[in-house]
Amino acid sequence: MNDTAPRSLSPDARPRLPRGVRLVHNEAQGGWLLLAPERVFKPDPIAVEIVKRCTGTATLAEIVDDLAATFNAPRERVMADVTALLSGLADKKLLEP
Amino acid sequence: MDAAPQTPLPRPLGLLAELTHRCPLACPYCSNPLRLDAREDELDTETWARVFREAAALGVLQVHLSGGEPAARRDIVELTAAAHDAGLYTNLITSGVGVASERFAALSDAGLDHVQVSIQDSEPESADRIAGYRGAFARKNALAAEVIRHGIPLTVNAVMHRANIDHIEAMVDLALALGAGRVEIAHVQYYGWALKNRDRLMPTREQVERAVATVEALRARHHGRIVIDAVVPDYYARLPKACVGGWGRRSLNVTPSGKVLPCHAAETIPGLVFWNVRAHSLADIWQNAPAFNAFRGEDWMQEPCRTCPKRGEDFGGCRCQALALTGDARAADPVCHLSPHHSRLAELVLEREDAAYDYRR
Repeated sequence: MNDTAPRSLSPDARPRLPRGVRLVHNEAQGGWLLLAPERVFKPDPIAVEIVKRCTGTATLAEIVDDLAATFNAPRERVMADVTALLSGLADKKLLEP
Repeated sequence: MDAAPQTPLPRPLGLLAELTHRCPLACPYCSNPLRLDAREDELDTETWARVFREAAALGVLQVHLSGGEPAARRDIVELTAAAHDAGLYTNLITSGVGVASERFAALSDAGLDHVQVSIQDSEPESADRIAGYRGAFARKNALAAEVIRHGIPLTVNAVMHRANIDHIEAMVDLALALGAGRVEIAHVQYYGWALKNRDRLMPTREQVERAVATVEALRARHHGRIVIDAVVPDYYARLPKACVGGWGRRSLNVTPSGKVLPCHAAETIPGLVFWNVRAHSLADIWQNAPAFNAFRGEDWMQEPCRTCPKRGEDFGGCRCQALALTGDARAADPVCHLSPHHSRLAELVLEREDAAYDYRR
C-alpha cells in the first residue's frame, strides 16, 4: 500500500496540470504562481520553465529535449530534474503524469 | 493611493467571501459570529462583482465563496461567474446541503475551480447529530458525487473534536471513497460558537496524541493518492500559528453585509473599526482601514513577542485567541510556551462536560 518511492514517469507520458491547478503570472504578487485547491505555490524559475511545458500535448521526452536545447544543458541532468519535479508535483496532486 | 505607510504593504492572496450567514446546518463550532447578519442586509450581486474585480486588482488570486451556506444565495451561479470573470480562482466552500444537483452543471460552466465540502463524522447518525440536521450526511455524499461527475477537484474538510477525533481513519477512507484529492483534518478553533461549546468539543490529550500518530500513518499509507493536511490543535500545541499568515498581510474577509475583516473572528476584538465595501474600495480598506493597521508591524507587540526572534514568522500568533484567553488582544497568543498564560491551556482542556451542544441557530 505504501508507494513513497518516486514514481517512474514514462518518456511517452504527456504530463499536464489537472483541473483546479493553474500556472499564472501576476505582477502584483511578483511573478509566476501555481494555484491549487486552497493553496498557492511560488515555483522557482526552473520549475516555471518545466511546468509551462506540461500542456498535455508534449511528451516527457519532448519536454526534456526542448529544455536541454533551450538551456544548453546535458539531457541526462535535465531528465533527472524534470522527473524529480514532476513526480513531486504528482504526489501532491498538482500534476497528471 | 495616497498616504502610503513607510514600508510597502504586502498584497493579499486570498479573499474569504462570506456571501451569507444563512445555513441549513447548525454546527456547534460554526465560525460565523454569534450575531448573524440578516438576509436583508446582504450585499447584492453587483456589489459582490465589484468587490471581486477590486480584489483581483489588489493582487488577490483565490476567492473562497463561503458562508453560511453560499448556495443559499439565489445568485450563486452569477457570483461564481463574476469571480471567474474577474480572473480569480474560485473555491466553493459548502455544507453540501441546499445545492441542487442540477445547479452543478451551471456552476461548472461558470468556471468553478474547486469545491470544499465539510463532513461531520464517518457515520450518518453521528454526523447528522453534530450538524444538527437529519439527512445531512447523505446529501453531502450525493453532492460530492456530483462534484466528481463534473470533473471538479474536491477537498473534504473534516472538522475534528472530541466526538469524532477517534474516527480520523474512517473519515479519510470516506474522503477517498468520495473521490477527494485532499482532506483537511481541521481541529475546531475556539472562537464564537465553538467557544460557547468548548467544554463539549475539547478532545483529551490522549485523543490528540493518537490523532497525530494516526495522521502520520495515513499519510504514508495514502501517499500520492490523497493529500492530508493537518496541524496540532491549538490548546495542545507549544508554538503559535501565524494566524491568517499575519494580520493584514495575506488575506481579507468580507462579511455578508460588506464589512471587511482581517480574519473571520476579528469582530470579537473590542474597539476595532471596520470599514464597509459599500463606502470604500477594497484597496482603500486594505491600506487605510483602522482594523487592518491595528496589528500590522511590531509596534503593538508586548513581551515576550516584542524581542522574540520568531516574531517575524508567527507574528505573535492569533489576536482573537489572545483576547479570548487573556483579555488582551495585544498579548502573546497563549498557545506559545513563552506566554505567561500558557499553563492556563492545560487547565482549560480539563474542563469537559458531556452535555448537549449549544447549536448555532
